[in-house]
Amino acid sequence: MSANVLDIALTVLLVAAAVWTVSTARMLRSVIGLAATSALLTAILFRLDSPLAAVFELSVCAGLIPAILVSAVGLTARMDDDALARRKRAKLKVFALLPVILAAAAWALVRLNVPLDFALPAAQGPGATVQTTLWNLRQADLVGQIAVLLAAAFGVVVLLKGKSQ
Amino acid sequence: MTPQAALIFGTFAVGAVLVLIVGFYSLLSTRNLIRSIIALEVLTKSVTLLIILAGYTTAQQALAQSLAITLIVIEVAVMVVGVGLVLRIHSQTGSIDTNTVENIKG
Amino acid sequence: MLDLFILAPLACLILINLPPVGSRRLALPLAMVLAGVQAIAVLCLPYMPRLDGPLTSFFNFGLQITPLGRMLLLAVGLVAFVSLLVGQASLGQDRRLWQFASMMLLAITGMNGAVLVSDLFSLYVFMEVLAVCSFILIAFNRDPLALEGAFKYVILSAVASVLMLGSLSLMLLVAGSTGFAALKAALAAGSASPLLKLAMAGFVCGLFIKGGLAPFHAWLPGAYSSAPAAVSVLLAGVGTKVSGLYALLRLAMDVLPPSAALGQAVMVVGAFSMVVGAVAALVQKDIKRLLAYSSISQMGYVVLAAGCFLADAGSADWRLVAAGELAMAGAIFHLFNHSVFKSLLFVNSAAVERQAGTTDMQLLGGLGSRMPVTGATSVIAALSTAGVPPLAGFWSKLVIILALWQSGMQAYALLAVAVSVATLGYLLLMQRRVFFGRTAPNLQGVREGSEGYVVAELILATVTVLVGLAFPLLMHLGSFLLPANLNL
Repeated sequence: MSANVLDIALTVLLVAAAVWTVSTARMLRSVIGLAATSALLTAILFRLDSPLAAVFELSVCAGLIPAILVSAVGLTARMDDDALARRKRAKLKVFALLPVILAAAAWALVRLNVPLDFALPAAQGPGATVQTTLWNLRQADLVGQIAVLLAAAFGVVVLLKGKSQ
Repeated sequence: MTPQAALIFGTFAVGAVLVLIVGFYSLLSTRNLIRSIIALEVLTKSVTLLIILAGYTTAQQALAQSLAITLIVIEVAVMVVGVGLVLRIHSQTGSIDTNTVENIKG
Repeated sequence: MLDLFILAPLACLILINLPPVGSRRLALPLAMVLAGVQAIAVLCLPYMPRLDGPLTSFFNFGLQITPLGRMLLLAVGLVAFVSLLVGQASLGQDRRLWQFASMMLLAITGMNGAVLVSDLFSLYVFMEVLAVCSFILIAFNRDPLALEGAFKYVILSAVASVLMLGSLSLMLLVAGSTGFAALKAALAAGSASPLLKLAMAGFVCGLFIKGGLAPFHAWLPGAYSSAPAAVSVLLAGVGTKVSGLYALLRLAMDVLPPSAALGQAVMVVGAFSMVVGAVAALVQKDIKRLLAYSSISQMGYVVLAAGCFLADAGSADWRLVAAGELAMAGAIFHLFNHSVFKSLLFVNSAAVERQAGTTDMQLLGGLGSRMPVTGATSVIAALSTAGVPPLAGFWSKLVIILALWQSGMQAYALLAVAVSVATLGYLLLMQRRVFFGRTAPNLQGVREGSEGYVVAELILATVTVLVGLAFPLLMHLGSFLLPANLNL
């Protein structure tokens, strides 16, 4: 039972971090909130016996992505105190309802008690590791990854290099 | 599904759905382009959790983890292009506060 | 063998980006050759011996080709070739031409991959490759409107991805795999489970967003009309078809269990799209926006037919099942035809934009005498879109309407006929405003577009006329243009 208390605590923290991420008025704090959400997700992924995905999530989503976003925020957002105060009031108005919605949704989901009675498929042999799965079974995905990264690299060149016309 | 597995699955699945709601709520309520990207990231967190959870419940962590890793790589690529667009929009209009998301709602 | 459809564009991409920089001048011609070879190779594919070289044994992508896939690969080759032609004509001596060619190659990789894989997650991966390329290509000229259109597309495409992946995780939970075959078995076995119903509905909704079906079309008109001309051709011709419509048809055939409820829901979206697109097209002032709404309307036909297939497939009455299969054949045929004539209409609009400097129909008029090839091919494409015999569009619409009628869905069949009439209306209105009538004084100096446009227009017009004239023949030869299970 104590294990489930930990699960519930992690879940609550994850949702709280996500709410803070979207509702804080300062953009920089929002990015930090996103990194915190990622870090909590990492903990959950470890809990779910998925260490490799967890490490990936930590390094990329809690490290690389916030770094890019912080530089983007630095390049674009400038705000004086007045604007910040106004923004804070506006955020409060917009997001006041969100916790209520979330609580209602959680209650509904728990009460709804969605039947989970379907038969689970047979598991793969214990020999399957992430490396062998990726390389033997999911080569197409690997090629797709390469293509999408190339596309993003070209995208940065196409979009940002040189002056606008 | 054993009661124990169902309990773990239920807990995290509810969490994932709530994060999904947070992300969609933010996406619909913001007019700021960078905040839209952050909202997309939040949505992706939820999906990553769901995939790993499905892998854990069916004892197929290897498959689920390779899917999650691919998903994270694609997430980065989409985000980089999104940020590139935002920077370009900012350099041309001087603003990242457009009515883009207003239009999306309609 | 099939691996080459994915690996060859990537190899070309590496080739044109290798030093010396001088090779960049060859980028566009190389990409064009690749697209042309692809179109020809697809036609020859059934007659080619299987080549099992070292390449095939090294890579293991799990690729599969279906009649639908062959049709799409052909369309990808053809439309990419034309789009590159237009790109060369419209971007001209731009120093960034090699970047355009590189993005096109990556987009081709994405489309070919999406068409060939037989795994739901890999399908998502390649759709995302195509999507990322589309974002960049739409914003290629860094025009403010295009940047905004591209950003809107980023957001809605990501929402679609979230819907699809959320659904995919539920399917993974039940099937333990994301391969089409395993999913089909698991979904059929557990089709009563509410979670699975939710998963299937979510996935299909994601595909509707990607395919720009009404009411999920918010991103499409802006993206199509603000993108550079060559990119509009690619996106309207094959881009959204591969990422949304192809996936829907493939899943309807290979994964989703037959379900009357899901089929009915899909048909409602298709009919809604058909009507909304046509009505919105009637009031547009800009050619490209009109064509974008027309695309939404025409894709409604395809979705309507796919829904009819899903609804009929589970029936105990073999005549209904046959009608459903006829509907699917019509959907596939219409998808191909629409690729051809809609990209032709976008090439026409590109030529007009280039020569007359605008696509605003209020400022245009009487261009037919100035641009004879563009005017004539535009009339052909418009008549084909509206379904006037004996052009290609007539046959595919006829097949769809017949199938709907035989399935006992007379109301939908009549609606499809009515929308066809509306299509003829708005396209003829467009022709009259742009190509007929008196030439405005400021347009007196306009001349026919350069060879790139003319060649592109002639290729596509020839295809749409030939497919239309040869349809009875193709139907008897049977195998290539229509799926084998079609039984007339």
